[in-house]
Amino acid sequence: MPAEPRTIAEIARALESGKTTSEAITEQCLDRIAERNPSLNAFITVLADEARAQAREADREMRAGRRRGPLHGVPISLKDLFDLRGTATTAASRVRRGHVARADAPAVSRLRAAGAVFVGKTNLHEFALGTTNEESAFGPARHPLDPKRSPGGSSGGSAASVLAGMAYASLGSDTGGSIRIPSAACGLVGLKPAFGEVSTEGVVPLSTTLDHVGPICRSVEDASILYSILRGFAPSPRAPQEAPRGLTLGVLRGYFTAVLDPQVAAAFDSACARLQRQGVRLDDVDIPHASDIAPIYLHIVLSEAAVYHAMTLETRPDDYTPNVRLRLEMGRYILAEDYGRALRGREVLTREVDAALEGRDGLLLPALAVPATKLGASDVRVGASEEPVRNITLRLTQLFNLTGHPALTMPCGVTTEGLPVGAQLVGHRPRTPPMLDVAGAIEPYCGPGTSR
Amino acid sequence: MTIKQWLDNATQDAERRGLPDLKPLLETLARATSALRSADWNADATGETCDGPRRQGHTEVD
Repeated sequence: MPAEPRTIAEIARALESGKTTSEAITEQCLDRIAERNPSLNAFITVLADEARAQAREADREMRAGRRRGPLHGVPISLKDLFDLRGTATTAASRVRRGHVARADAPAVSRLRAAGAVFVGKTNLHEFALGTTNEESAFGPARHPLDPKRSPGGSSGGSAASVLAGMAYASLGSDTGGSIRIPSAACGLVGLKPAFGEVSTEGVVPLSTTLDHVGPICRSVEDASILYSILRGFAPSPRAPQEAPRGLTLGVLRGYFTAVLDPQVAAAFDSACARLQRQGVRLDDVDIPHASDIAPIYLHIVLSEAAVYHAMTLETRPDDYTPNVRLRLEMGRYILAEDYGRALRGREVLTREVDAALEGRDGLLLPALAVPATKLGASDVRVGASEEPVRNITLRLTQLFNLTGHPALTMPCGVTTEGLPVGAQLVGHRPRTPPMLDVAGAIEPYCGPGTSR
Repeated sequence: MTIKQWLDNATQDAERRGLPDLKPLLETLARATSALRSADWNADATGETCDGPRRQGHTEVD
């Protein structure tokens, strides 16, 4: 019996050949939501009736010979931070009670125009300010492989929805790693495009100079398809994948490998060895001021978040979950001079990442320093030390929100408990497509993982 | 404003606003601000950019 199509590219071929229909695959996703969402809590809003109507319309169009492209008729979920006309954008917060979006966010419009079927809005860490999805007005999302663990965050419901087969992909946002962290924790592919390439209009902001929009999906090919659609380009048929031989990648060491779970380190090193056997040249590189990343990030993200939340922190403080409220309040105490210092530091880091990329096709590092963390844990053991969950989960991703370089995570192994480990590829700014080409070339050798 | 002055003011303000739980977070922020101010890429009005060892004098909360 052939394997069930799992990627957008595979299901698109099945739809095009008439082997299945949008209505059938949408019903499968809705069945999985009905079966698994009560325990996983991946969705805040399920749009079953709307999805069925969109699927019927997609089938009608395809039967009439009007095929919009590879996303036509494919069930997709949306992080509940994106405006979808006629539905609430809750941001997983009571602060948003009563909100109804009047129009689609531009990123959603592009998916809609490409024929996507929206099965629902997914759970997240309240206002995207966290990496575990635990602080949500709707309760925590849970990891499909182990419901006692977090799927990561803040786009945790999105990743859980894809891993559990409730959707073929999800649209997420990433301010410090919120696409890449849950993608790595769930063994998926997560793409943070270069800064500014995909519109953040109609997306509840966290930090306007750090926010990015991108897909969570099952393959680099799917990430390329969704990226093209989000950019407004027609996805082109994928060329046969180039072999990775001759690529040169810099492996970020020092700060980036100093605090790693031993199983994450072993999986990453094994992936590097596999790539070298395929003729990829790897050399170690460093970011001289990497130890300044966290303080720079903290001052920017909290200052910018405070701009958006100041009024409701005064008028509706009890509508926030307690810890999110306190973290947002921190930002109101940051001095302008320190925000300015952080902006200067950001420029330094941007130049250093550019320098690390010079003469190389990309940078490679782990995406997440630890496997999926247990729900309720504030600290996690990493080798011989205990680390705060929030700090350790952001550690390897937040740099590229500061610098705006495109970054993608893909599976590179599993732990002895069967939990996924992700590798992160970083490309040259300001364009994402060359990095996607490199990602496609190394993907077959980076695994094993759980995404395929 | 030194970080110690800032932290004292911020902590008093948070208590006045009924947010005593903010104190440990403000202390964490103070440590991050200390690291930020002592970074060797900072410039100041003397025209000197400190490219050498970490700057001194801003680490009173370390």
